[in-house]
Amino acid sequence: MRTQRRRFRPGRLAASLIAILVAAAWAFPVYWMLNSSLLPNTVLTSTTPRFWPWGGSLDNFAAVFAEGSFWPALGMSVAITLTTVVFCLLFAFLAALAISRFRFRGRASFVLAVLFIQMLPAEGLFIAQYKLMSSLSLLNTVTGVSILYVAAVVPFTIWMLRGFVAGVPIELEEAAMVDGLSRTQAFFRITFPLLAPGLVASGVYAFLQAWNEFTVALVILQKEEYRTLPLWLRGFVQASASRATDWGQVMAASTLVAVPVIIFFMIVQGRLTSGLVAGAVKG
Amino acid sequence: MTVLSPAREQAAAGSVLRRRRRPFAPYLLLLPTVAILLLALGYPLVWQFWTSTQKFGLAQQFGRPPQFVGMANYVQLFADPQTWAVVGRSIAFCLINAAITVVLGVLVALLMNAIGTISRLVLQVAMLLAWAMPVIASMTVWIWLFDWHRGVVNWLLTAAGLDFTNHNWLEQPLSFYFVATVIVVWMSVPFVAFSVYAGLTQISEEVMEAAALDGASPRQRFFAIILPMVRPVLMIVTLLQVIWDLRVFAQIKMLQDAGAPTASTDLLGTYIYRLGVGASDFGMASALSIFVLVLTVALSLFYVLHLMKEDS
Repeated sequence: MRTQRRRFRPGRLAASLIAILVAAAWAFPVYWMLNSSLLPNTVLTSTTPRFWPWGGSLDNFAAVFAEGSFWPALGMSVAITLTTVVFCLLFAFLAALAISRFRFRGRASFVLAVLFIQMLPAEGLFIAQYKLMSSLSLLNTVTGVSILYVAAVVPFTIWMLRGFVAGVPIELEEAAMVDGLSRTQAFFRITFPLLAPGLVASGVYAFLQAWNEFTVALVILQKEEYRTLPLWLRGFVQASASRATDWGQVMAASTLVAVPVIIFFMIVQGRLTSGLVAGAVKG
Repeated sequence: MTVLSPAREQAAAGSVLRRRRRPFAPYLLLLPTVAILLLALGYPLVWQFWTSTQKFGLAQQFGRPPQFVGMANYVQLFADPQTWAVVGRSIAFCLINAAITVVLGVLVALLMNAIGTISRLVLQVAMLLAWAMPVIASMTVWIWLFDWHRGVVNWLLTAAGLDFTNHNWLEQPLSFYFVATVIVVWMSVPFVAFSVYAGLTQISEEVMEAAALDGASPRQRFFAIILPMVRPVLMIVTLLQVIWDLRVFAQIKMLQDAGAPTASTDLLGTYIYRLGVGASDFGMASALSIFVLVLTVALSLFYVLHLMKEDS
């Protein structure tokens, strides 16, 4: 609204120009990934880089698919991410119900503990977690990594969901009970649909965390056949140190890993920002 | 909510009573979360603390029982200049990155606030793209951009008249950290920019116009109105940046994998990895991990208290 009221000013035009330049600089690496993924290796290794994907093709993607190691890595990533999302949502939902629907002894300390745990860096725990998984014989397994991921993601998920659960007034549920619904019915017909957006947002958050995670996966999944997608991508970079890399294929691989994430990220971005800064997620 | 009917009030009172009669219900709901946190974080924490007081090296990996050595690991760790080099580099890296990120983030937020809808949308989409990129995918792209042989960065600098043909950015520690800083700042600025921009939109237009009418210069307006108004948000994002930049691991590890010497480029995360996974010295790795945890918890204290205050 207010932009229309303002008169044209040269300062504003300059600001817009700077904004477009900054935007171009920030988007350039993402653009370069897409551009390189479409170009054949002969073009990428020529002395002058090609800034537009003229003469490009999807050959790099076909090569990545055909190479074979992509599919097992995708399988691992999907299995671990799904397991993490399902258990994380279930556990976090129950815990969020407890802290926003009940007043009980230890509630405040639980919330405090959850917030602190959320800040613990994997970098300060992975040796011990490796030892734990090795003594449980869960190294190189979906279960082992998923247990660690659920524990890492569940605190912030509780924090996100808590706001949504608190946003559904208990009176609504009770009104439905007065109108003849059982407690369970009232919950599933009234409260649950209202919580759906919160569950989606939290689920996407858990998905992003599990899909992108690198440190824990690096330590727990040391066998090549059990790599997740981030570890699989790292394999390409490692190879690049010793021999000529087919950067077109690496960029195609990066694109494959990044695109689902970028799409899902756009869905939860707003809630993620407010959740991290204010801790109050308004449902 | 609307006024409750008497029947509903009764139901509400009833539910309170019902809850009183089942005081174990919330604990039951918390059980799965507490169980997995104890298993995946609680036990490793205790084990790590215990192991940091043990001699737990290569011999112990092959079955020899670990030996209690008290604080000897910590003493040995902090007597080693290499540890101090890593700690010093990590803190310097973390503070420099956090400072650059916050300053650039605020500038981008001010820019978003100063421009029209269309150019703002373009800027926001670009920022979102950078923010959404998975860390490992970003790292592969940046390593390709900085590739010594065919990277665009070298080509652009050479085209601009400097001779960067076949320049290896990762060889020298300072240039290695420069590349790491560019990448970390690139991926962190969007979060700061969006958070601060959200704070800026809360400042009422009238206040700014009144200040302008009263003759306040843009600089005065920034320091006297904008900065105090966004200060709470700014403090939180700065703190989060410091905590996050202290634990950079994937970025450093990936750059090292791309051909940098490890000993002179290690930060805390990669050094623990090298001690633990590389040298199999769990005692020393645990001691350093405990140090990192204590540092993080100390830094997080303020953030957590802030969130608790928001909650109540």
